[in-house]
Amino acid sequence: MSRLVPHPFLTLGLVLIWLMLTRFSLGHLLLGMLVAVIAGWAMSALQPERPRLRRGSAIPRLLGIVAWDILRSNAAVAWLILTGSRGGTRRSGFLHVPLRLRHPSALAVLAIIVTATPGTAWLEYDQESGVLLLHVFDLVDKAQWLDLIQNRYEARLLEIFE
Amino acid sequence: MSGTILTLALDVAQITLALAAVLAGWRILRGPRAQDRVLGLDTLYVTAMLLFLVTGLRYGSVFFFETAMVIGVMGFVATVALAKFLIRGEVIE
Amino acid sequence: MSHLDTVPLWAAIPAALLVLLGSGLTLLGTIGLVRLNGFYDRLHAPTLGTSWGTLGIVLASVILFSTLEHRPVLHDVLIGLFVTVTTPVTLMLLGRAALHRDRAEQAPGVPPAMLHPPTSEQVPLEQSP
Repeated sequence: MSRLVPHPFLTLGLVLIWLMLTRFSLGHLLLGMLVAVIAGWAMSALQPERPRLRRGSAIPRLLGIVAWDILRSNAAVAWLILTGSRGGTRRSGFLHVPLRLRHPSALAVLAIIVTATPGTAWLEYDQESGVLLLHVFDLVDKAQWLDLIQNRYEARLLEIFE
Repeated sequence: MSGTILTLALDVAQITLALAAVLAGWRILRGPRAQDRVLGLDTLYVTAMLLFLVTGLRYGSVFFFETAMVIGVMGFVATVALAKFLIRGEVIE
Repeated sequence: MSHLDTVPLWAAIPAALLVLLGSGLTLLGTIGLVRLNGFYDRLHAPTLGTSWGTLGIVLASVILFSTLEHRPVLHDVLIGLFVTVTTPVTLMLLGRAALHRDRAEQAPGVPPAMLHPPTSEQVPLEQSP
């Protein structure tokens, strides 16, 4: 089974995408499965190391938290733009965040979270020291933003990925 | 009834997105630096993609979806190449 | 009589609101792009359009096409996924380009390079074997 389908999540995702792009029928299901299985082999040829999930059950909770945060920060940034940055009193700034996360897939997920929430931008990550350089749109309290990245997102990602 | 609501909302959305595209274009022309222009271009691509999606809804045609997808892919590749160029001074190493 | 008249009212109202929300947020993002001072501040503005701006329009599209064709039409979700996955790459690269150029010009207020500057092979999204 693992020889035939080395990347089950990738293969399943590709089948679903194939069915989304076409009408559901038995022919398309078989064709999509064929394409997805071949893509799985190609992927294992490219990348021998695959991401391992430790606790996949924590994923829905993280997704929910991120969706809510994106909604909240959208409203916050939209309000700041509308009010002219609180009459010019808003201060933005750079922020160094030391990360414990080392897994490349987990870092990629963290990059998507940080960029998708308006108000934080991922600028640079140093692999040796594990320090991330962020730019924060409304930097009132540095400790609050550090807490957001390290405890709200990073801790959950550490739990999910091995 | 629902036709009137949807036509109105989609027309307003088309005008809004067109205005957004003009503002992104203003940032491309104005600069002041190269990275500002590239950021404006990226925003223009995303806005154009959304405009095509809304236009597809307005005319009930699925073909605008393919166009929007192509614009999205082109925008991604263009922005990555331009950003690479700003870092390295060359695109292909 | 256009195709839009055949949409039931319970689907038309949320779709109309979502379309207006999405396009409004995208416009706000570009207003920020024009009004904000400094590149790093402006870097935040387009994310309004790429997060809930795109999501609103994609959701409206799913609702409308699904009720029009009486089957789930989900291909627009792919556009949402695509935008979500590609925006971090473009904005991260642009941010690094700006940092690189500002440091080369020794512009004030820019944090110095870290001790081990990441090369392009070490960007976390590109998983090198």
